[in-house]
Parts: sequence; C-alpha cells; structure tokens
Amino acid sequence: MSEETKEPKVAVEDEMPDWSAYRGVLIVVEQRDGAAKKVSWQLLGQGKKLADKLEVPLMALVIGHNVAHLAQEAGYYGADQVYLCDAEELKDYRTRPYSRVCLKFIHEYKPEIVLFGATATGRDLAGAIATHLPTGLTADTTELDVELPPSRLLLASRPAFSEKMLATILCKQYRPQMATARAGVFQELPRDESRKVEAVRIEFSMSEDEIATKVLEFITETSSINLEEAEIIVAGGRGLGGSEAFKMLKDLADALGGVVGASRAAVDAGWIKHEHQVGQTGYTVRPKLYFAIGISGAVQHTVGMANSELIVAINRDAEAPIFNFAQYGIVGDLFKIVPAITEQVKQKRSFAGIAVGSNS
Amino acid sequence: MSEKLHIVVCIKQVPDSREIRIDPKNNTLIRQGVPSIVNFYDLHGLEEALRIKDEQGARITVVTMGPPPAEKSLKECVSLGADDAVLVTDRGFAGADTLATSYVLGKTIEKVAETFGKVDIVFCGKQTLDGDTGQVGPGIACRLDLEQLTYVSKVRAVDKDSGKITVERHLEDGIEVVQTSMPVLVTALKELNKVRRAPLPGMLRAARFKPVVWTTADFPELDRKQIGLKGSPTIVARTWVPEIRKINTTRVEGESEQEIAQKIVETLWQTDLPERFGWKS
Repeated sequence: MSEETKEPKVAVEDEMPDWSAYRGVLIVVEQRDGAAKKVSWQLLGQGKKLADKLEVPLMALVIGHNVAHLAQEAGYYGADQVYLCDAEELKDYRTRPYSRVCLKFIHEYKPEIVLFGATATGRDLAGAIATHLPTGLTADTTELDVELPPSRLLLASRPAFSEKMLATILCKQYRPQMATARAGVFQELPRDESRKVEAVRIEFSMSEDEIATKVLEFITETSSINLEEAEIIVAGGRGLGGSEAFKMLKDLADALGGVVGASRAAVDAGWIKHEHQVGQTGYTVRPKLYFAIGISGAVQHTVGMANSELIVAINRDAEAPIFNFAQYGIVGDLFKIVPAITEQVKQKRSFAGIAVGSNS
Repeated sequence: MSEKLHIVVCIKQVPDSREIRIDPKNNTLIRQGVPSIVNFYDLHGLEEALRIKDEQGARITVVTMGPPPAEKSLKECVSLGADDAVLVTDRGFAGADTLATSYVLGKTIEKVAETFGKVDIVFCGKQTLDGDTGQVGPGIACRLDLEQLTYVSKVRAVDKDSGKITVERHLEDGIEVVQTSMPVLVTALKELNKVRRAPLPGMLRAARFKPVVWTTADFPELDRKQIGLKGSPTIVARTWVPEIRKINTTRVEGESEQEIAQKIVETLWQTDLPERFGWKS
C-alpha cells in the first residue's frame, strides 16, 4: 500500500495529458429500419459548430443494415467524413454488437468528442461505451460548446441539482469526451445534396451466436400526439391538481387545433402520460403558441419550452417564475379561466367559419 | 431441482427533488430539511423482483452505495420483502460520478455473489431523481459483463431452467420485445408495475434489521484510483441558475374570468396565428 502513497501525485488537477492523437467530433447516427432519428441530424448541426471551432473534421458513424442511404444523408447534413458499418446482425439495435462497433471505431479513429442522442438507445449505448473505454459521459445535455485550442475542452451543460440549476461538466483527464444530447434542442443544417461524401466501410466481425440478445418483435406506437412537431401546445402542471383537469386542457387544445403538454410534476403524479411531458426528461418544443397552465416554471420545464414563439401563462401565484417567460400573463383561477378561454375560442372560430361561408 | 433465482436490486437514497428550493439571494440550493426517499424507479425494480419471488421463489439482495443514513432506505426495502441488504459506505466513495459509481457497485455485486450466491438478475431504476443520467445501470452491466436491458416496462417471462428472460422495452417510438440470457441487468421504468405497501410482518422485520455494511477495507482488491472523486472523469465546472430572459409580460386582467378570456382571445386573434392555423381564412 505504501507504493501507492509514493506514486507521483496525480499531476496538478488542471494539467491535462497529451491528447493530440485525439482529433475530430463524432456523431453516432441513430436509426430504426433505415429511418434516422432527427436528433442525429440536429447533432450534426451542432457538431459542425464545435468542429469548426476546433478546426477538425465532423465525423458521422452510421450503424445498421441496409443503411447506406443514411451515410449519404449524413453528408448532406454536414458530416465531413462518414463511416458506415452495415451488417445483417446490426439490423436491430442491440447493446453488445453496437458498442463493439463504436469501441473499435473510437480506438482506431480517436475522435476527441463523441455525441449521441439522449434517446433510450443513445443512452443505453453511450453508457456501455463510456464504461468500457473508460471515459467521462455527460447525460442529456442541452448546451454544447468547446473551449478554443489549446484547451479544446467540451463544455457540456445540462440541468442539474434536481433540475433547478444548470451545470457545465468537463472531462479533462480522459478522451474522448462523451455526451448524450437531447432531441429538439439543437438545430440541423439545411440539407445540402451537393455535399457528397464517400462513406468509409467499417468491418463488422461478430457472429450471431456471439449475441445473446434477440429482438423478437417491435410494436410501433403511433403516439396520438407529436409534441416535438406540434405548433400549438396547451400544457398543464402541478396547479391542475389531478388528471380530471387535463380534460379541460384537452378541450382548449382541441378548440385551438393543438395538443396537450405537461410538466414533470404532473407526469410524476400520474395525472398524464409521459409522452406529454415537456422539459428535461421530456420533450423540447418550440411551437408557435404555448399555454403554460398551473406550471410554476422550474428550469427543468422552461429548458424545454422557452423558445416557443408566443407564451401565455396562467397561474394563481403572481410571483411564479413562468411569468418571466410569458408574453402574456394571467393571474387567477385556472379552473375558471381556461373554460372561459375555450368558450371564447369556440365562439370566435364558429363566427369565423360562418363568415367564411357567406363570403365564398 | 434448480436453485432459487438470486436477484440483486440496486437502490439509491436521494433527496426528494420536489422539495428542493433555490435561495433567491445567492442562487444556491437549499438542501436543509429536504426529506430523503428511495429513488422511486428503484422501487419499481424491487417490486418486480418481489413479483418474481412471489411467482417462482427468489432470494433478493438490495444494495446501495451511500452515507450511513442510507440504511433507512435499505430497511424500507426489507420491509417490502427483500431478504438481505448491503450498505457500501466510505468517505473514499464520496464525490463519485457515474463511472466511479458503477465501478464500486460492480465490485459490490461481485462480493454479494461470493457471499450470498451467484446472481441471476440485477435490477436498477432507469435513472435517479438527483443524477438523472441513466448511466449507472449500463455501467454496472459493462463492469460485470452482463446482458443489459434498459427502459423495461414489462417482464414477460423469467425462465430459470433455460436461463432466458423476455421483456418489453418502452422506447420513444414503440415497444421492443427482447429476449436474452441471464445473468442480466434490467433497468426499470415506472410503467413496470405498481409498488406494493409494506406488510406488517415486513415492517416488524425491518425494524430489527441490520444491513451488512462494507467499507473500502472489505474490498482489498479495490483500485483506489477508480473510486470517489479521483475515479470520476467528469467534473462540474460551473453551476448557475439560468439567466431569465426578461420579457415584458403583459398582464391580462379583468373584472371576471369571461372578460379576461375575451381579452386574451382578442389578443391572440390580432396576431398572425388565426391566419396561420386557419382559425379564420
């Protein structure tokens, strides 16, 4: 044990090892049945910014079966170098084969930054890889930036400390620096078909009998709502007091032609399904119109909706932070105000409808 | 006759995040007086273990890494029906990120296997309420070279004889039915089950129960460079309460709810929204 104490003191914390062999920003593209997840293209958009600052190439790794077209797409969306690992065994995502491919790639190509979508698959894969390497992994980031060379550090920020604050997380002593990033936060680049990038094929060397996990079936859930693409969202929070009140929100959403959203508090309380959740651990949205009803406005919620074009907040508490985000604020009893608004909207729309009828 | 399944459930005692407030004066967290609870996703993992135990018999060992007061959470799990409980506690473990945590929990589960018998299933919550990363489960699976099934919403079958487990994983775009071989690590979603209440005999047993306590001294092989702060590659460089973009909020007021509703709807109708959405065309 005395050996250990004699060891040279782990160099000054801030002094970083020589990482010059590690260069480039890698996005691991996620897909199902040949369709890419949007977050992958969004990450290429953000990855481009980081790569430009670091003056390194932006790399994309596409894994799957019959996914050569996605390798091409990755070029259209900004990747400078595209790598493709295509094999029958990779048709469905499974942790072992996919992590094997990524690990081999990382060892060989040594990117300094590796980013994944913070989806179930992205988190499953990134968690396995980071432990194997090993290296640091920051989950569910909402801001990604880099320090200019020479430090070249990834500044990975995410809501933290019970989601009341944001934290910037660094990984100084290990490479690559890894993060998962949430869908809907970053902007994809315009698709540019003139960006033709020849994909480099990556070998896959695992046989099916080495893989214990078998996907038996996939039942696609056509969610009744699509929050990320909704243009009008009527969202409710703790102030609703129960699942009953969400019916009232649904009425307003229906009248406006929108969908119902919710804060984590409402979802955790079991009043509404997770697929409605806006904010950290839910969806990030940027609709044209967002009603925040009975939502106090904790960071974990506002990170997911602050970029909405027009926000109307209704809350009993005049001091609720949500009012700092809203163009229009109503202080009062939501149980009375919401039905009144629904009524007004219905009236307006039916009059508008009549007017249209008589004009044409 | 085959031996009973041995299931390990990893839990974490966390501050109830709903109770944490920010001190507006200095933008720091007010942690005082915040109650501690068992991370509720972990309780769904425990519940699933208990269901398997009810159906086909199993031995359940609950483990946690944390400060000594985490004993309270272990006792809660015992009251619900866990057979054994292990608290891994040491100042040296403090400040661990997900990588260092998975290292210690991996070592702990190895020791649990030596002490209580070979492990077939490890349950974790899909993530913790305070860390919110979902990375420790996959980390443990990797450390122990287990198959990993994350985001599980239903356990369809556990077949001790064939060594197979079949589950449903709830992903963003649907439900994936997967089968794999044990030993396996499963991370639990809330949808997995409904957590039971502790029965009276369980509560009585828990009251007298003393968990096994292991410190670094109980792990002579432990690599000190891989634990606690030192073993944690990620560093929190800065925390802040995000700048609130100051918006000139227009307060919509009125004598009655009807008047307020009328005003806000009028306002909306003066924007380009009605046109864009065909509210009137």
